Amino acid sequence: MSTTFFLNGQSTALDADPNMPLLWAIREVAGLHGTKFGCGMAMCGACTVHLDGQPIRSCVMTLSSVAGRHITTIEGLQSKQAKAVQAAWIDLQVPQCGYCQSGQIMAATALLEKNSAPSDADIDGAMSGNICRCATYPRIRAAIHAAAQSAKA
Amino acid sequence: MSNDIASARKIERRTFLKGAGAATITALTIGFELSGPRRAQALAAAAPGNSPPFAPNAFVRIGADNSITIIAKHIEMGQGSYTGLATILADELDADWAQVRVESAPADATRYANLVFGKLQGTGGSSSIANSWPQLRDAGAKARAMLLTAAASEWHVPVGELTVDKSVISHAASKRQATFGSLVKKAAALPVPDTVRLKDPKDFKLIGGRPPRVDVAAKCDGTAQFTIDVEMPGMLVALLKRSPLFGGKVKSFDGAAAMQVPGVVKIVQVPGGVAVVAKSFWAAKQGRDALKVDWDDSSAEKRSSAAMMDEYRRLADQPALPARKEGDAKKAIGDAARKISAGYEFPYLAHAPMEPLAAVVKLDAKTCEIWTGDQFQTMDQMNAAHAAGLDPGQVSIHTLYAGGSFGRRANTISDYVVEAVSIAKAFGADGTPIKLQWTREDDIRGGLYRPMYFHKLEAGLNAQNELVGWHHVIVGQSIMAGTIFAAGMKDGIDSTSVEGAANIAYAIPNIAVDLSTAKAGVPVLWWRVVGSSHTTFAVEAFIDEVAHAAGADPYTFRRKLLEHEPRMKAVLELAADKAGWTSGPLPKGRGRGIAVCEAFNSFVAQVAEVSVDDAGRVKVDRVVCAVDCGTAVNPDIIKAQMEGGIGFGLGAALYGAITLKDGRVEQSNFNDYRVLRMNEAPKVEVYIVPSTEKPTGVGEPGVAPVGPAVANAVFAATGKRVYAFPFVKNEIARS
Repeated sequence: MSTTFFLNGQSTALDADPNMPLLWAIREVAGLHGTKFGCGMAMCGACTVHLDGQPIRSCVMTLSSVAGRHITTIEGLQSKQAKAVQAAWIDLQVPQCGYCQSGQIMAATALLEKNSAPSDADIDGAMSGNICRCATYPRIRAAIHAAAQSAKA
Repeated sequence: MSNDIASARKIERRTFLKGAGAATITALTIGFELSGPRRAQALAAAAPGNSPPFAPNAFVRIGADNSITIIAKHIEMGQGSYTGLATILADELDADWAQVRVESAPADATRYANLVFGKLQGTGGSSSIANSWPQLRDAGAKARAMLLTAAASEWHVPVGELTVDKSVISHAASKRQATFGSLVKKAAALPVPDTVRLKDPKDFKLIGGRPPRVDVAAKCDGTAQFTIDVEMPGMLVALLKRSPLFGGKVKSFDGAAAMQVPGVVKIVQVPGGVAVVAKSFWAAKQGRDALKVDWDDSSAEKRSSAAMMDEYRRLADQPALPARKEGDAKKAIGDAARKISAGYEFPYLAHAPMEPLAAVVKLDAKTCEIWTGDQFQTMDQMNAAHAAGLDPGQVSIHTLYAGGSFGRRANTISDYVVEAVSIAKAFGADGTPIKLQWTREDDIRGGLYRPMYFHKLEAGLNAQNELVGWHHVIVGQSIMAGTIFAAGMKDGIDSTSVEGAANIAYAIPNIAVDLSTAKAGVPVLWWRVVGSSHTTFAVEAFIDEVAHAAGADPYTFRRKLLEHEPRMKAVLELAADKAGWTSGPLPKGRGRGIAVCEAFNSFVAQVAEVSVDDAGRVKVDRVVCAVDCGTAVNPDIIKAQMEGGIGFGLGAALYGAITLKDGRVEQSNFNDYRVLRMNEAPKVEVYIVPSTEKPTGVGEPGVAPVGPAVANAVFAATGKRVYAFPFVKNEIARS
């Protein structure tokens, strides 16, 4: 059975079990590997993608539930905020092992797209669902503030 | 001319970043002193394909295209090893950092052994930079010397008149310049010098600077490749159903329902359980959910961790083996004016790296090829060969980026690698690539935990409030017993059980440190900072209690006992100074605590500031960290490792515990195995002690002091001590 949705702006039909979690459809059927598997139960955020601009955990969302909707993955990031986030991540050398960072960048981008000047509390609220076992949290926080500044300029 | 070089570099950088093929790079490999026909000749000679790369040793390869490939014998699992290793070699080589790329070494202990481990290739003990420092400096310097000799002979000038900067050799008098790439053919024909002069540290250009990490760009756009991302034609995905009890074995299984799941290809029994091999993860997962296995639990561990801790407490009062003995601690404490005692409980801990373990194996009758975030190549090669029925030389390993490890991947049984090989063998060893994928539940329940421990401490103060006796008893499972490392145990003492305790630096006239090794059927393993993950807590929490009993400030009490330990004392002073220790107490409900340790030859001190609310909830507001790790190869990565180590240690201290109920692990995922999150992460400040000593470890030492620093801060805020991990087990309501 085929499910059609917009993946990174392109209308995409994926022939797969409609109950397959979106994460595995993106990774194994569409072949986009930037989105990562971390827990399978929406506890870690490694699989974060945007559904119509909102950050969601693709490991607990079925493929059929996104029919006709817009999914953005790390490979499809385009916005000014996204570019500012990625540049700040590189500038502040945020990643260590890097495995969670696609999810972190997706969550941070979604935050900045709706809040151009997040406070530390806003960052806590938006980012606490994304675990980083390397504990790059201080740099993630600093990079979000830096990206907010540069996206404004 | 300099414009040529600049524009060439720009193109090189761009092509390097794109990972483009050779064609576009050919034009860059020119000797800049040439023009006309000779230039064309040089171009042809330098074209990739015409000239093999210059590879004077096992660690560097310079292409005619000016690419500099540094071969990393250590895994990149987040600790920054690729960048650090490349920095050392590139500095001695005087390489242009923009041209440097890093690739992982194959499994080959003859060339790539960790010199700390002897003849084993592997990463651990925070030793990557420390053991590679002389080796890679030598490798870089020799390559540079050969390129210089090549240029000198080409230009008929003395080597002493040449200078090198950013991969370009210059002869000022004749205004000639040549890139490394243009000299590779000539350099490759030269003998490797026996000895070479290393740089004076004042001439370092990259070491001590901030060359960007070689892995960061790919980790910010989703292109960094981990094991889970490996795909190849015909590849299948396997999930393994394992015994819910440690030591359980398959009695029988019924795979009928699993085979009904679309995409499931085969069910195979292996020593570790029953595997479902399918065309996708989702099919394998559903297949495993439908698989019925009957287990033989006759030799499995069926105890609860609480009962085991009760036994450990009893063992702490029984005779134990001495790990250190100076003077007569028992008598000194018995005769002391005041006696202080405490017991500390530490639970099992899972490593829980972000990337669930995975390995891809391609096995046929004669070869076994493995792709994984491999931390222990030699061990994995031997164990994989054994499982496959091949010789180690028939096993090749592609070491990929690892999404964290914290010790988990460096295990002597090669658990997940052997599982993957066994599945490929049971599948038919027909060359089908099979990816074994663990889930988070497999990881949390998969064993190889940081062991559970009980520590009992007693100390005596004389009438002048001086610490005269110290007796420390440690009870827990041995990590090394029964492994290849058991040979390294002396007199029954597993050094990983007592490090950080047996070697405490405080000047105490009578010291006894004893070890009682308990047996349990729970597989255990080193966990980031190993012994010091529990010993530093026991030592630093207890010395704080002793200081309090002596009526002394906990910082000045420690400092006085470290008069003869200049490096340890220096980090303690630096952390206290930067944290404003002497600026007076914090407001009500807040507190400051300090702790210091030596681990993997580095010295770390931390001051934690905490707030405790009326419900007893602890919030760590700030951690100030001072580290002395010898020469700081890459200060920014050292800072990152301290920040990360603090977060990792703090999460475990506050929330981390694996518990067993009748042998079954009670946790399963991040919902019940809590780790630190953004809203719980403190502000971290890191200060590095300037040093010209040899570089020492940074991946692990930052983990050790944070737990006791926070516990001591909680005491300062509430008057209550923490005696059991995790903190959430303790009642810390503010009095």
